[in-house]
Amino acid sequence: MYPRPIAPTAAAHRTIYVSLVALVLVLWLLPLVAVMLTSIRSFDEVMAGQYWNWPKKFSLIENYTAVFQQTAMFRFFLNSLIITLPSVAGVLVLATLNGFVLSRYRFKGATLVFALFVGGNFLPAQIMMIPVRDLMVKLGLYDTFYALILFHIAFQTGFATLFMRNFISALPDELFQSARSEGASPAQTLWHVVVPLLRPALAALAILTFTFVWNDYFWAIVLTQSDAVKPVTAGLNNLRGEWVSAWNLVAAATILAALPPVTMFFLMQKHFIAGLTIGAVKG
Amino acid sequence: MSSFWRRHRSWLTPVLFILPGIVLFGTVIIAASLQTVWVSFHDWDGIGPKLWVGLGNYVELLDDPQFHVSLKNNLIWLAVFLLAPPLGLALALMLNQQIRGMRVLKSLFFIPLVLASVTVGVVFGWVYDPTFGILALIFQAFGAKAPALLSDEHLVTFAAAFAALWPQVAFCMVLFLAGLNNLSDDLIGAGRVDGARGWRMLRHVVLPQLTQVGFIAIAVTVIGALRSFDMVAVMTSGGPFGSSTVLAYQMFQQSIFSYRFGYGAAIATVLVVIMAIFIVWYLRGLIKAEERSA
Repeated sequence: MYPRPIAPTAAAHRTIYVSLVALVLVLWLLPLVAVMLTSIRSFDEVMAGQYWNWPKKFSLIENYTAVFQQTAMFRFFLNSLIITLPSVAGVLVLATLNGFVLSRYRFKGATLVFALFVGGNFLPAQIMMIPVRDLMVKLGLYDTFYALILFHIAFQTGFATLFMRNFISALPDELFQSARSEGASPAQTLWHVVVPLLRPALAALAILTFTFVWNDYFWAIVLTQSDAVKPVTAGLNNLRGEWVSAWNLVAAATILAALPPVTMFFLMQKHFIAGLTIGAVKG
Repeated sequence: MSSFWRRHRSWLTPVLFILPGIVLFGTVIIAASLQTVWVSFHDWDGIGPKLWVGLGNYVELLDDPQFHVSLKNNLIWLAVFLLAPPLGLALALMLNQQIRGMRVLKSLFFIPLVLASVTVGVVFGWVYDPTFGILALIFQAFGAKAPALLSDEHLVTFAAAFAALWPQVAFCMVLFLAGLNNLSDDLIGAGRVDGARGWRMLRHVVLPQLTQVGFIAIAVTVIGALRSFDMVAVMTSGGPFGSSTVLAYQMFQQSIFSYRFGYGAAIATVLVVIMAIFIVWYLRGLIKAEERSA
């Protein structure tokens, strides 16, 4: 290991080390901590311009109820769920199918198809913005959930295909040979043999896709307009403009918007990190 | 029908499997991107007929001062973002110890990575606020007055890029932590036997083993810097006086606010050409790595 591990016998060193790391961590997360503290501050303190000290009075419940009752945040939150969950499901299905075919079948143009999936994933959103927006308007999907769901499934499928292909091609060949010798069709092989082995990969991909889609801002402002469909990112930015001086409410809304991805991350941390590094490192 | 199916099943199934993905990705991502290039040769308000202007939009770009500002700002973003790999490596080296309690600390370091850019923008809005922000407090502690970063046309791009740097550093840190996990113990041990320590060990034994991860970290960072949009949209809206636009944001502005879709498409095309150079470089690296491991 590098750096050299601090010996378990050097208890003092260990304590000093952990406290130093904790100190760096506080500095690292200071901006976020301030927002969390502001989200439980009373109006009076916010009005007096106190943002960085410890709150004298805690208004956690008041602030968060106010966000739900006085702003459209609950609606935005719901919208984000309605957009994100089907997108994740769609991406998992398509990526598994694509990954299976691209890793187990040789056909003409396979490399080109794969390169397009991977390369398309790196394109900046702006290069497809005008035609995608146009397409959604023509299909009558502009400013509906479907526009965002459809786009996110299409776009995330690029990265997800790369991800699943790597996983499936790492499975042993014998598995597929024995499935074939027992007369299993490709569909049966995929469903009964491959998918059960892919559970960790699917979990990792699900949480990554969830985070990407939930956090999207660009497509939210390009493809939606009304509060009834706007996801939480675009909603939060509007809220910030409307509630300029009520920073404690904006802070509470900010924390709410960040909560689902952060919670998902802590629940499935191992999968998340594995997914991110496999996606990037195994390339 | 069923006999046809039985005879051709072996190739029909994979085709049917991959078709939905190819059709969706092909139309929504690939075809749309190509269409943008086509639009860039036209004058178009988004509703009326497209008017062919050939390279007109590109010629106009050459003399557009706003375009020059965007290009310059993209370079600033790139310069700031290239701090992410070394900083991420430094954090990873700091955190790479297996002591009780480190797991939790480590995962708390990852948090910026899962925050939405809008959240990061809001958070850094607080940091930069010239009267209440933490930056103002630091300046006050030294008896100075904090600059209003987001309304200073020379500093605003740096302010936005440094806000976006936060999650980017976290991302690089994750990559390097994974890289450090895969170091060969034999090589490290051999290095120790040869008396390599600290900096020399890092330089001659550790870093050579991190080239692949480092390459990915740099590539992802470069691409991230070039396609920066969210932070500009959320924190500055390109202001003050258009001083913080980047190519991605200028494109959005020209299309959505000014209804100059052809011109916007031209900006997007230029952005992609610049990025393509890096993407090709990245993909070539990946393919080489794959060939080596295969």
